[in-house]
Amino acid sequence: MTTINQALEATPRKPWKTTKRQLIPSTSLLLAAAIVTYVIVALTPMKGKLAYALLFFIFGTGFQAALSFKKRGRSAATDTIAAAIMMTGGILVFLPVASLLITTVVKGSKGLRPQIFTNTMQSTSYSDPLTSGGLLHAIIGTIFLILIATVISLPLSLLTALYLTEIKGKASGLIQFLVQAMSGVPSVVAGVFIYAAILLTTSLRGSTIIGALPLAILMIPTVTRTAQEVLLLVPNELREAGLALGATQWKTVATIVVPAARNGLITAVILGVARIAGETAPLLFTLGTSDKINWNIFSGGQNALPYYVWSGLIDGTESGLARSWTGILVLLILVLLLFVSARLFGSRKVK
Amino acid sequence: MTSTAARTVLAPDKRPITTKPRPSDVIFRGVLSVMSMSSLLILTLIGLFLSLRGFQAFHTQGLGFITNIDWSAGVDGGKDSFGLGAMIVGTLLISATALVIGVPLSVLTALYLTFYAPDSLKRTLVTLVDLMASFPSILYGLWGFIVLMPMAEYWAQLIHKYLGWIPVFDVPGPAYTRSPFIAGVVLAIMIIPIVTSVSREIFNQTPLDRIQAAYALGATRWAMIKAVVLPFGASGVVGGAMLGLGRALGETVAVYSVLNIVFKVNFQVLYGYGGNIASMIVGKWGEASLTESKALLAAGFVLFVMTLIVNLLANFIVRRTVKTGK
Repeated sequence: MTTINQALEATPRKPWKTTKRQLIPSTSLLLAAAIVTYVIVALTPMKGKLAYALLFFIFGTGFQAALSFKKRGRSAATDTIAAAIMMTGGILVFLPVASLLITTVVKGSKGLRPQIFTNTMQSTSYSDPLTSGGLLHAIIGTIFLILIATVISLPLSLLTALYLTEIKGKASGLIQFLVQAMSGVPSVVAGVFIYAAILLTTSLRGSTIIGALPLAILMIPTVTRTAQEVLLLVPNELREAGLALGATQWKTVATIVVPAARNGLITAVILGVARIAGETAPLLFTLGTSDKINWNIFSGGQNALPYYVWSGLIDGTESGLARSWTGILVLLILVLLLFVSARLFGSRKVK
Repeated sequence: MTSTAARTVLAPDKRPITTKPRPSDVIFRGVLSVMSMSSLLILTLIGLFLSLRGFQAFHTQGLGFITNIDWSAGVDGGKDSFGLGAMIVGTLLISATALVIGVPLSVLTALYLTFYAPDSLKRTLVTLVDLMASFPSILYGLWGFIVLMPMAEYWAQLIHKYLGWIPVFDVPGPAYTRSPFIAGVVLAIMIIPIVTSVSREIFNQTPLDRIQAAYALGATRWAMIKAVVLPFGASGVVGGAMLGLGRALGETVAVYSVLNIVFKVNFQVLYGYGGNIASMIVGKWGEASLTESKALLAAGFVLFVMTLIVNLLANFIVRRTVKTGK
């Protein structure tokens, strides 16, 4: 009896898991591939990181494939090769992400001093040494742009999403189609459109509120689609319960459906803001420009973080580029914050 | 007959049942219906304003606006000549390069994430792909200009050295800087997240019973993918690639910072000049006269129509795939 009990309580063995012993041949083969690669690169005219990577990939995969061929035949060898290619593809995709993040942090941190958050470019040109100037005006401009674009696009997007999920009217198919089409509008087109529609038609000049208009256009499809997804997650029973208690549809939506989807809707707005925070092209046509803080949203040019980065890039001097990197670092931190808060806020679930 | 009549008499008076919505609902529905038309309004306005303001260019240049390759604002009363030909060719060439590089990588990544990656790694990698999609395009531009361009030049030289016998890679002179190839690489990196996530979504919907059937018949993982997943997801991948193409066509800042824009038709991907409508608009904008600005608006209209067609096609394909699972 006791033996049976002991046997039952013993930790279950997992025969499908790779044991340490099984790892030995494949690991040693990888090592062998590394050595062969090193020798070949040393002996032949091929050189550089690219040669190392390529040869290591070829030999590593080849050796592993040979091993599986010996063990389980041809189809296993093909499987090994396919797995290696996919893994390499995956790695190749994540190299640029790593490079982007590292370069931005390394290059951007050079110009990152506390003063840049209190100074503007009012009496500094981009090519001046990094000790002068700052991007406070750009940060304030970006905040203004985000707020205005959100105020314009949120009602439109939310109501469109509600139409698609709550009313499901005759035009649903068409509107869904149009929202999809809108999400494909290039940012530069949104910019020239506002230029053609407002700046070329009226005597207005570029300003914060006009700069926010193309951003609102770009934001609407993102917010609408996410909001729609979230509203669809609200259980139908909640709607039915509201109606069964005698509430009108308006009451049901306003007091039950929207509050139930609140977190998801916040996520939708955050994703929309993240979409537009770094948009540069439309601002070039609509924002005017400003080297100092402009609190007036209706007149006078404005600056923004992407615009600041762009100006540094166009300036092209060493310190101009350094300013660009610092600006992009600040912008990236903003985007990352938005990204993380979007994840925290809902992961698109209804609570 | 008689029994029904009797029943009607016996039954209590019917309460009037009405489907007439209450006033608050009438208002509610009305407001939603009107507001939801905003997307229609905006799209119409975009098309309308760009074509109206650009009408002059369309009118004076005729079909030549699309086919001519020369772009010069008339100096001192000379004749204006606005031709988008080289820019359209360049845009398509760069986007094609981006697709050729980006789509295979995205499909590999999507397959890796769906069928190979261990769960713990998977979540991190999926987050990274999403993060990649949220990077501002000017970051890609700056990074492409500073970091990628020197590397890509080296790759271009390698491609020329080993694949120079293929006509598109045959570079007439040693000028590899700021070529369509480099712009294509930057765009490839930018479209990878969207193509990957669409492909991943489709691959995830592969019916489990088919996967298990393949395994039960003794298929290896790769054999299963080849026999079940790829046929199932192929059209979804095509749709994702088209969405990526839509994005690549309209990308401005990132391309502008790495491409040498010249008004000549160039099919040599590796050679140091090319065209791109969106970047051209930004590049020419600064010193454009009113007439030229209007021609640029017309160029914006052409770009708008191009991306609209590609995106609608893409969404059509993706939606059909998701719905029918074919």
